[in-house]
Amino acid sequence: MDLTQFLIILAQAGMLVNAMLIAAAYMVLAERKIAAWIQNRVGPNRVGWWGMLQSFADVFKLYLKEDIVPAAADYKFHALAPVISIGVAITVYAVIPWSGPFVTIDGISYGLAMAPNMNIGILTVLAMTSVGVYGIALAGWSSNNKYSLMGGLRASSQMISYELSMGLAVIAVVMMSGSLNLLTIIQTQTQNGWNIFYQPLAFLIFFITALAETNRAPFDLPEAEPELVGGYHTEYSGMKFGLLYLAEYANILASSAIMATLFLGGWDLIPFLDDSAILGLAPDSLIMVLLQHGAFVTKSCMLVFVFMWIRWSLPRFRYDQLMNLGWKVLLPLALANIAITGIVLLLLN
Amino acid sequence: MANIKTGTESQRLNFWERIYLPEIAKGLALTLRQMVKPTFTRQYPEERWEPTGSYRGRPVLVQEESGERCVACGLCSRVCPALAIEVRAAETTDDKERYPELFEINMLRCIFCGFCEEVCPEEAIVMSKDYELVYGSQEEGILGKDKLLVPVAQLQDRLEFLRQWR
Repeated sequence: MDLTQFLIILAQAGMLVNAMLIAAAYMVLAERKIAAWIQNRVGPNRVGWWGMLQSFADVFKLYLKEDIVPAAADYKFHALAPVISIGVAITVYAVIPWSGPFVTIDGISYGLAMAPNMNIGILTVLAMTSVGVYGIALAGWSSNNKYSLMGGLRASSQMISYELSMGLAVIAVVMMSGSLNLLTIIQTQTQNGWNIFYQPLAFLIFFITALAETNRAPFDLPEAEPELVGGYHTEYSGMKFGLLYLAEYANILASSAIMATLFLGGWDLIPFLDDSAILGLAPDSLIMVLLQHGAFVTKSCMLVFVFMWIRWSLPRFRYDQLMNLGWKVLLPLALANIAITGIVLLLLN
Repeated sequence: MANIKTGTESQRLNFWERIYLPEIAKGLALTLRQMVKPTFTRQYPEERWEPTGSYRGRPVLVQEESGERCVACGLCSRVCPALAIEVRAAETTDDKERYPELFEINMLRCIFCGFCEEVCPEEAIVMSKDYELVYGSQEEGILGKDKLLVPVAQLQDRLEFLRQWR
């Protein structure tokens, strides 16, 4: 790797991290707006036009807040937990293919993605989300608070249980395209049609497990406020709390983008049709790539909307219901889905 | 006896209810419908609510061209359940012969019951439409005559309401 390539990738990383942070800020606003609309309210509309600067005001406030560390807390791990959470959340963004390549420098094509062509793409995502458990579990444990510990314990058991079904749902998709590479998965879908039409069950399982993995309602037991105060982040204040909060939203966007990649055809514009032929554009022209980028972002945003819509519609699961759903329903369904997919693929070949 | 159900809640569910998904879809449809409903929120500092004459806001003294109507009989002070009103009478050469030298309403005590207005023989103290009652200190919350006197023209709604309904 020469210096130019290194600098370009560094610039891409900087862009992606900043874009992600700004997106997370606006997702907080979107969440509050959607909550308000569902509850027949108006939502934040004071800071900036339509409340556009509300999240920045909130973050500014968090910076000014006193950073309280409980006397009984393990200071190092207490400080480390939010860093792990946000770090892992950002790492996932490295493999998300936000757009196809459109700039060629020194014979290497670059797009709005750092390492989309990684041959273990989806595996990286799964690995990183598993590491995300450490952030939450450490936050709960190091606070030395019963509520936090309960939140951390619930988070780890829930995320470990649902990771299994999530991985199995992904396997069905991987079987369809025969590759872990996210670009190859998108190409297969561009040629054969989106995976959601072939794998609706896998999509459903992946969606439910993604809700559980990101600790979103109805699976937000780790931060169930009626019983656990704030859950794992009870003892966090100031920007440390802000980072945990930001990581949650970054994870939502990441899982939405992964879902768009795996099931909704990634940056494919129209399912089952050759987009560039219909629009009369070259497949690798700049306009086409930007259109595809727009399609990918739109798909991700719609999924984010569904995440929020579900949060403000459904009540929280009870702990035993959560475990029953994960182990007795989703896991067998995911296994059956793999078996059926395998048999059908064998018969077709 | 016919409406007694047997078994547990989960045993009574049918298959479609037990897999939750159709019910979840129903719930989501409900919230989606709520989302497009118009809101009736008033943007307060910009859009202010104009109460009707029946509203009991801050009690005020009615002021006419010749001065306040009050004759300092002290009935309002006597009837006030919260002991918020203090009146000190003095003599005047006007037709009404008496006027309040001092008239204070302690807004920290006032409970907006409207008894003072009801008992007043001269229609001299009425409840206004003023609902923005904010004071920087306890002393500021005790309103003297300078703050209580309001021209009669501004109180027409309330006076009409009182004539019609009292």
